[in-house]
Amino acid sequence: MEMNDRYEIRLAGEGGQGLILAGLILAEAAAVYDGKNAVQTQSYGPEARGGASKAEVVISDGVIDYPKVIAADLLLCMSQEACSKYVYGMKKNGILIVDSVHVDRVPTSRAYMIPITKIAEEATGRRITANIVALGIIVGLTGVVSRKAIEAAVRARAPKGTEALNLKALEAGLAEAERIRAEAERGQSAPSRAS
Amino acid sequence: MAARLMQGNEACVEGALAAGCRFFAGYPITPSSEIAELLSRRLPQVGGSFIQMEDEIASIAAVIGASVGGVKAMTATSGPGFSLMQENIGYAAMAEIPCVIVNVQRTGPSTGLPTKPAQGDVMQARWGTHGDHPIIVLSPSSVMETFLLTVRAFNLSEKYRSPVILLMDEVVGHMRERVELPPPESLEITNRVAAHVPPEWYFPFEDPSTDVPPLAPFGEGYRYHITGLFHDRAGFPTERVDEIDAWIARAFGRIEQHRQDIISWEEDFPAGSRVLVVAYGATARSARHAVKLARAKRYRVGFLKLETIWPFPEEITERLARQCRRVIVPEMNLGQLALEVERVVGRQKVRRVNLANGEMITPQQILAAIEEK
Repeated sequence: MEMNDRYEIRLAGEGGQGLILAGLILAEAAAVYDGKNAVQTQSYGPEARGGASKAEVVISDGVIDYPKVIAADLLLCMSQEACSKYVYGMKKNGILIVDSVHVDRVPTSRAYMIPITKIAEEATGRRITANIVALGIIVGLTGVVSRKAIEAAVRARAPKGTEALNLKALEAGLAEAERIRAEAERGQSAPSRAS
Repeated sequence: MAARLMQGNEACVEGALAAGCRFFAGYPITPSSEIAELLSRRLPQVGGSFIQMEDEIASIAAVIGASVGGVKAMTATSGPGFSLMQENIGYAAMAEIPCVIVNVQRTGPSTGLPTKPAQGDVMQARWGTHGDHPIIVLSPSSVMETFLLTVRAFNLSEKYRSPVILLMDEVVGHMRERVELPPPESLEITNRVAAHVPPEWYFPFEDPSTDVPPLAPFGEGYRYHITGLFHDRAGFPTERVDEIDAWIARAFGRIEQHRQDIISWEEDFPAGSRVLVVAYGATARSARHAVKLARAKRYRVGFLKLETIWPFPEEITERLARQCRRVIVPEMNLGQLALEVERVVGRQKVRRVNLANGEMITPQQILAAIEEK
């Protein structure tokens, strides 16, 4: 069935965190550079900054009819509000990634609690690159798009003059995912505990 | 052309340019703003003009003026701006001036939910301006379809000398998906028919050889009168019943007699289908998904996706519905196009699925309606 090979991603947080751009980059990586089908939709409030914001990406080898997430295979939460709202809209084995800089209450132990914003700040000196760090983590942990594809998409869609900065952020995210996987293989906490 | 990730609003811009649109006047409003933003960059590159107007009333007025000047013209807006445009949409209908009005629907009434989708302007697109008037309304359900139906909107507008409304919604307007645009030379483009008589013989509202008289551009020696009043063949006001009746017959006739050319749809109707789902716009995506889920559960379901919604596709709806026990009409409103379906197939057969709170109707909600006895 076409519908069963849908991979559904929800990126949720606040306006201004660049989540819609992150969704666009992920969709472009899948659709243009990996040659799959991808649909990206968005939902945000009327405010220019702040307010809830989310991007959704559905990736499939087949036709994508319903363009929104039905139950997320992967949920990224960059705010407490987003986490509280969307954590129950996941598949049973869905992957939950939260930015522990912004989220401290997670109603499950099956979550990757990662200080995404802090990693961004350390890697690039710019908190605003947290969205791209998150993309690196997502791709590193799930392989939903190829590394080559996400690099090409970041390069193509990063604002002019910030390509190197954003690629550095992507690299930091991929490295973090690598570290988490290595830890998991050594039988340590995987996914990392909420406490 | 290579595959690209493209937004619905961007596809509307590409479609407009491919169709030959060289004038845009508008006032930015969510969720249509990307259309204005992109055209402000693209139009000057191809020798066109972009004007940001003071409001939507002026926007549609400028579009009508540009079209009378001989240029393919359009504007784009959303609910609140569409309300403001209604008076001049009637003017364009009355004066038979081709133009394309894009309405990327958001939830209303009033300023409503600026960033959320809806299909609440279906009836306004048909009857928003006062008085009986002919109109054509198309509604796309994907990024690719947005491109193709924008081209079609311009073609129909020029061919029938009528305003055409492209009724999008926030989901389709903001959605990005993989598209491969067809090469420009493969597109069928309709251009305005030039006046074939000298200025002194020209009548802008009568031509014995056709029910769509050629519209001569202002500024090329053809001097004629344009008014929102009922007018005679030369464009001057009239109250003569015979002239008014003649206008009505021709203005409506040119749309009615060419229904087959104007109406487009897509059907997926296996023989033996007992339930028909009729949908349009973004909701057609949920509907097709629901139909596939239902078929996997062995329900015999047919699907009809409407691309033209006005004039309402009575013939195909009737033909498919006749073979079914029930007809399901999901819409992001409280039941608008369902009224037309009910008129055509009878109220008893129709099950509406409605949502007007800014959320998209899910496949599960439509599936539940299919599964009802």
